[in-house]
Amino acid sequence: MLSSPYIREQSSVSVIMLKVMLALIPGIAAYVWYFGPAILISLGVASIAALIFEAAAVAMRGWPVRPVLMDGSALVTAWLLALSIPPIAPWWLTVAGVFFAIIVAKHLYGGLGNNIFNPAMVGYAVLIISFPVQMTHWPAPLALAGHHLNLADTAHFIFSDTLPAGEKIDAISSATPLDTLRTQLQLHRSVAAIEQMPIFGYFAGKGSETVALMFLLGGVYLWLTRIITWHIPLALLTALALVAAVFHFIDPQHYAGAWFHLVAGGTILGAFFIATDPISGATTPRGKLIFGAAIGLLIFLIREFGGYPDGVAFAVLLMNIAVPLIDAYTQPPVYGHKKVQK
Amino acid sequence: MSGLAILLGAALGYAAVRFKVKEDPMVEQIDAILPQTQCGQCGFPGCKPYAEAMATGKADINQCPPGGEEGIRKLAALMGVEFKPLNAEHGEPKPKSLAVIDENICIGCTLCIQACPVDAILGAAKQMHTVIASECTGCELCVAPCPVDCISMVPIAENVATWKWKYPLIPLKALH
Amino acid sequence: MTHPIQNFHGGVHPEENKQVSTQSPIRVAPIPQQVFVPLRQHIGEPARPCVAVGDRVRKGQIIAKADGYISVAAHAPTSGTVTAIALHPVPHPSGLSDPCIHITADGKDEWIERIAVDYRTTNISTLRNHLRDMGIAGLGGAAFPTFIKLNPGAAGAVKTLLLNGGECEPWISCDDMTMRERAAEVLQGAAIMRCMLHADTVLAGIEDNKPEAIAAMREAARNCDFPVEIIVVPTLYPSGGAKQMIKLITGREVPSGGRSTDIGVATFNVGTAYAVHRAINHGEPLISRVVTVTGNVGRAQNFDALIGTPIQELLALAGDAPEPVTGYLMGGPMMGIELAQTEIPVVKATNCILVKSDRLFPPPPRALPCIRCTRCADACPAELQPQELYWHARSKNFDKAQDYQLFDCIECGCCSYVCPSHIPLVQYYRYAKSEISAREKEQQAADHARSRHESRLMRIEREQRERAEKLAMKAAVKTSDAPARPADDAKKAAIQAAIERAKIQQADNVNNHPSTK
Repeated sequence: MLSSPYIREQSSVSVIMLKVMLALIPGIAAYVWYFGPAILISLGVASIAALIFEAAAVAMRGWPVRPVLMDGSALVTAWLLALSIPPIAPWWLTVAGVFFAIIVAKHLYGGLGNNIFNPAMVGYAVLIISFPVQMTHWPAPLALAGHHLNLADTAHFIFSDTLPAGEKIDAISSATPLDTLRTQLQLHRSVAAIEQMPIFGYFAGKGSETVALMFLLGGVYLWLTRIITWHIPLALLTALALVAAVFHFIDPQHYAGAWFHLVAGGTILGAFFIATDPISGATTPRGKLIFGAAIGLLIFLIREFGGYPDGVAFAVLLMNIAVPLIDAYTQPPVYGHKKVQK
Repeated sequence: MSGLAILLGAALGYAAVRFKVKEDPMVEQIDAILPQTQCGQCGFPGCKPYAEAMATGKADINQCPPGGEEGIRKLAALMGVEFKPLNAEHGEPKPKSLAVIDENICIGCTLCIQACPVDAILGAAKQMHTVIASECTGCELCVAPCPVDCISMVPIAENVATWKWKYPLIPLKALH
Repeated sequence: MTHPIQNFHGGVHPEENKQVSTQSPIRVAPIPQQVFVPLRQHIGEPARPCVAVGDRVRKGQIIAKADGYISVAAHAPTSGTVTAIALHPVPHPSGLSDPCIHITADGKDEWIERIAVDYRTTNISTLRNHLRDMGIAGLGGAAFPTFIKLNPGAAGAVKTLLLNGGECEPWISCDDMTMRERAAEVLQGAAIMRCMLHADTVLAGIEDNKPEAIAAMREAARNCDFPVEIIVVPTLYPSGGAKQMIKLITGREVPSGGRSTDIGVATFNVGTAYAVHRAINHGEPLISRVVTVTGNVGRAQNFDALIGTPIQELLALAGDAPEPVTGYLMGGPMMGIELAQTEIPVVKATNCILVKSDRLFPPPPRALPCIRCTRCADACPAELQPQELYWHARSKNFDKAQDYQLFDCIECGCCSYVCPSHIPLVQYYRYAKSEISAREKEQQAADHARSRHESRLMRIEREQRERAEKLAMKAAVKTSDAPARPADDAKKAAIQAAIERAKIQQADNVNNHPSTK
């Protein structure tokens, strides 16, 4: 028999996960609007793969399958991974990423609640290390693309790697703003000049900046519904903006400004949806600030000085390792233990 | 270079002195883990002698039934050895019990008083004896010497004061 | 008249459900045929019975005396005959029985002589002993002996007397009704306590969901000969917890492991103040209290019930349950304990009997793994990190759990209430706490046994030495005498004869009582 309390709030893990997915919808809609329907296919592939892998892992561990699948955590992982990798990547790439996320990063570490690393980011890291070429095939914004693929053509490309006759991969794909910045800087062009290129919009990438703003909208929804607290996103964005602004101020020729860093790549998605993963993130209020700020700093360092165009995944994974230490040193004072009393 | 080596050596030496862990003698630490029933089931005349034997490697860590598995685990951790299950030669763990003297039968022979390792039995020659419940460790050493078998071991019943909250049994696996 | 309020951390807003039991006034419950007065109704040592089976007792007669410092007396709730002093089911989470004094009522309800005490002219230590002998313990739920808290200690140590009218648990309304109907008496009790503590200020904290109680208390305060400030605090569970109420009203925190008097505040439940008034001004010991009977019952209501009344009597008064009954709780849904039987008596801590149904209190959903969402930490009024405590309690890593201040947990249930994984967090903490306490007790017993064993060894050694010295002296005096063999033989024969006698008796015993062996 269980003891008190005998009443409970109406809340559940499933509802939390559902709200996270709901919060992703505006961003996904903008994604489809600006980059075509490929993301819908990759989300579907990732979702199905995640459910199958999760069910298999749970069944092998002798747990009841249905209630675990119902918690929705596998789907959230799948969606975050799909949103982090190029949507026109071949289907097996998505499946491989989901495999590493669900089987290796989640279940080999003990399943929901026990994983040290953010599963989606583990999947991403494995893919970018193992398949760097496929991971650069980002769809071009429809406004700039030489050819628009319809849903059937896109599916055909993702599943059988063939484009409609006469089309080339270059016609539908393009480098991301972060990639462009990196390669153009190596060609000794200035930031200001690079940002005049057609791929750039008002702050960062054409289209992708709107997608990022939609993710920001979803993030605010998560904050308002108290799924996440403000600490990690705010600390992350502030740290990233500050360090970017300082470097841009010192050397505007070589360092993009704060706005660019905030809006480009996976910053917004990472700040509100990935770094806020409670399982692998810091839990104390001060710990969340440190955790978030450190990720922001690492994103900048990896983008500007590292070997990869975007740094969100590696920054998150690196800070995941530090979580137990951060939590241990940032325990808030308990009632009756505070030293200074009026 | 050698200057640096000397400096680091000095620092290390200082640290070794400064942060030296003051260790209790091993026997004391082992004795602190033993349950102090003084029952002698381990083959030694009390907990301290067993602790001494363990410290000098003359006895194994799995000879104390009242200490149970948890006691053995603590000893293994303290001595840096592998856990091993209780040696059945020395007996089985039993629920904690108290010695109770049937005062109608007791002849007042004082043999149990002499056997009790913690002086928990009151009485004098030819006077009926009784056990002070709060002092009894449940070692059973008084049972065998009694010539009239008037001492029995009664397991301690759980009451409102000794009751403990149970571990919530809700493993994910069990619920289908 | 606005007193600054400092919110405490966390808290939750469960559905209140209080209005169902406040529709009709407090009803005096009839005298049951039999009452069961537990000896252990308060925190501390159980009381020691001072009546024998067969004794006739009168209403209010002391039947068990305080035993030890942290203890209070128990009294006959009505006149009648003591029929047994034996185990009877009591309200306890274990569902176990505990010693109770069973009294069969004679229906006459004949009082002992009641003597009022003038608290203004009596010294404090006499008043404190009087309250102990009147059986006054905190009626808010913890049942801590009230006289201990009424120790002024160093002069001026307690500046503030705080009446706790924060009844934050859902469903319960006994304090609310007490304040509505007995506000003047509550403040008369406060006058006694104020005088005993030499307190400067008297404050009463009441949540804003009890406007009638606030009005009644304000009205009573106006007629008081000393200033009483009625402070309205926001309704947020667990604002009725003493530590939370103190934080709300004074902005200060009770130090961990300490008492509220450490920061100059003495806190009493309003019902306790009423009981103090009855004890001092009317000479009536604590033999009844207001109990809310609510939940899955026909007519939810507050009863003034005698201590020792089996709860089935009150349930009968509250009418048939409209839905299938799935259990009974003593206390509220957040911190209450399950009652296994309805023979269990009302005790001093019984503020509420809550009847459960599956609709009102659905069984807990399946527990899922902790996702470290820290909603529990956001809700914890003790400002703990429940997710860390859970992690360590679950893995039986008790030292770590204590590092995270497990014992500052007040078991209010907020963490379990908000947990989206539906983990019974509080039960893990209760389990860990009782394991730790049991281990500490075991360790103390072991240390005690060690020292007794060591002193025994020393005694034996000393005796041997003394005997050897004596023998040596004797040997020096008589060198030629033969050893005293015959004496030894006589001793052996005597033992043998005794053994024979014992055997015969044992055989007799077996024959007479075949069931005993």
